[in-house]
Amino acid sequence: MSDLTALSLAAARDGLRAKRFSALELNEASITAVAAAKPLNCFITETPDHARRAARVADERLGRGEARPLEGIPLGIKDLYCTLGVQTTAASRILQGFEPPYESTVSANLWRDGATMLGKLNLDEFAMGSSNETSFFGPVVSPWRRREGDELSEAAIVPGGSSGGSAAAVAARLCFGATATDTGGSIRQPAAFTGTVGIKPTYGRCSRWGIVAFASSLDQAGPIARDVRDCAILLRSMAGHDPKDTTSVDLPVPDYEAAVGASMKGRVIGIPSEYRMDGMSAEVEALWERGIAWMRDAGADIREISLPHTRYALAAYYIVAPAEASSNLARYDGVRYGLRVPARDVVDMYEETRAAGFGREVRRRIMVGTYVLSAGYYDAYYVRAQKIRTLIKRDFENAFAAGVDAILTPATPTAAFAAGEKGSGDPIEMYLNDVFTVTVNMAGLPGIAVPAGVSANGLPLGLQLIGRAFDEATLFTAAAAIEAAAPKVELPARWW
Amino acid sequence: MSVDQATVRRIARLARIRVRDDEVAGLQGELNAILSFVERLGEVDVDGIEPMTAVTPRPMTPRRDVVDDGGIASAVTANAPATEDHFFTVPKVIE
Repeated sequence: MSDLTALSLAAARDGLRAKRFSALELNEASITAVAAAKPLNCFITETPDHARRAARVADERLGRGEARPLEGIPLGIKDLYCTLGVQTTAASRILQGFEPPYESTVSANLWRDGATMLGKLNLDEFAMGSSNETSFFGPVVSPWRRREGDELSEAAIVPGGSSGGSAAAVAARLCFGATATDTGGSIRQPAAFTGTVGIKPTYGRCSRWGIVAFASSLDQAGPIARDVRDCAILLRSMAGHDPKDTTSVDLPVPDYEAAVGASMKGRVIGIPSEYRMDGMSAEVEALWERGIAWMRDAGADIREISLPHTRYALAAYYIVAPAEASSNLARYDGVRYGLRVPARDVVDMYEETRAAGFGREVRRRIMVGTYVLSAGYYDAYYVRAQKIRTLIKRDFENAFAAGVDAILTPATPTAAFAAGEKGSGDPIEMYLNDVFTVTVNMAGLPGIAVPAGVSANGLPLGLQLIGRAFDEATLFTAAAAIEAAAPKVELPARWW
Repeated sequence: MSVDQATVRRIARLARIRVRDDEVAGLQGELNAILSFVERLGEVDVDGIEPMTAVTPRPMTPRRDVVDDGGIASAVTANAPATEDHFFTVPKVIE
């Protein structure tokens, strides 16, 4: 039974229903895989007992023929989602030991549908990072290794971020899928770096209630899984209206799995010329060309489009996101939860607590946000950035109004890099990872990253599809067409 | 625009984050790198453009004006570093 962990989520689901193995056997296989993967540092907290308890319930229901959509399926939960009575840290020292007395809506939806929890997944601190190197609990190591000459180098490769633990755990077959969140690319970039599939749904599709807030107008929950179908299955359970999040939208959630395998004939795929930008590697550009050809072969009409404000999206993001973060993270004051550093008076206590509790990247972003919101700079920075956000969204609206069904772009400008290789001197070098993904958050649209090839040094490369608001179904259809046409990206064999 | 060291200290104070003297110069460099990166936004003509206030504009649905939660003071204070009788406690703020 040792290869149970290699099954897709859909195959595990079908195997459970056909009684080829039990939920307890499936969960024990995952628990063993998690325990053996310490060198990857994917989990901040492991919850094997939680998984076993839920697996026993699942076996009873399977026995009665009352299986729910995710009955008995072991998942990992990004440690940004509050889980009842289970430590939730946002990978920050300031929340170490925090045990929420409530469950996030999205994770509760997964338990409602029968899934089991293997543990809480590592991430960049407060989801701020693109390499999972900013976690207080140490970096996540990708299961991927790059080729140097004829050999695999032992240099640790980053899994991307911020959902690096989610992506690495799924790629290493520690779990059948994972929750993630995406504020500027934090689902799609790590999915692209690890040869997995990740979708950021439309803003409002999933409830944000109970997910530690980073930038509230950009944050959105979504899944990472090993293929397009598995992602579709997970999103259907995660999504839905929640009265506790006023930005969650009361629209029916379609059966996304039914969109996998649908025809691309006659669908219009837009190719934005502005995404051919400096710094894109030649192999990423070639991959994009292959993706266009696969879409055309699948029957889609290819159309060149223009999204003229693309080049301003990342800069506007680095005003809007830190501004919102500086407000959201004001709650960490050493009073209601988390770390407190004792001091003589209350202001000293705030300042010492926040200096000790927040890591360097988080402190830097809070300070940028504080500055751009401060008196005298608010109009020049924040209001201007929000106006540019209106223009970015309008670019997409124009393309969709002209008949485009989805937009195809690369997911990242390069393949994954080695730990310590980027951003140590200049923060912008790291921020540029999100140059293709951040536009989607700024416009509130859905975007999916799907593996499409490997780089010259053997690391996975992904393509991104961007859809109309609330039309995730078309993204699953188009991503499945790429998945079917692209050479299969084989996940790395176990070395850890 | 760029920030000087006095501004770095002022921002840190506003953000309620203690910054040691030996951190100021480094932070100044990092903040200025970010501010210089966002400078390009000045090129965009934003005359007559409304700033975005909601990315998926929809009418807000007010909830029913009823008490639907409460009586959970123990849960609310369970994670606090210091409490007394279901109150959060802090260092003295008034003499």
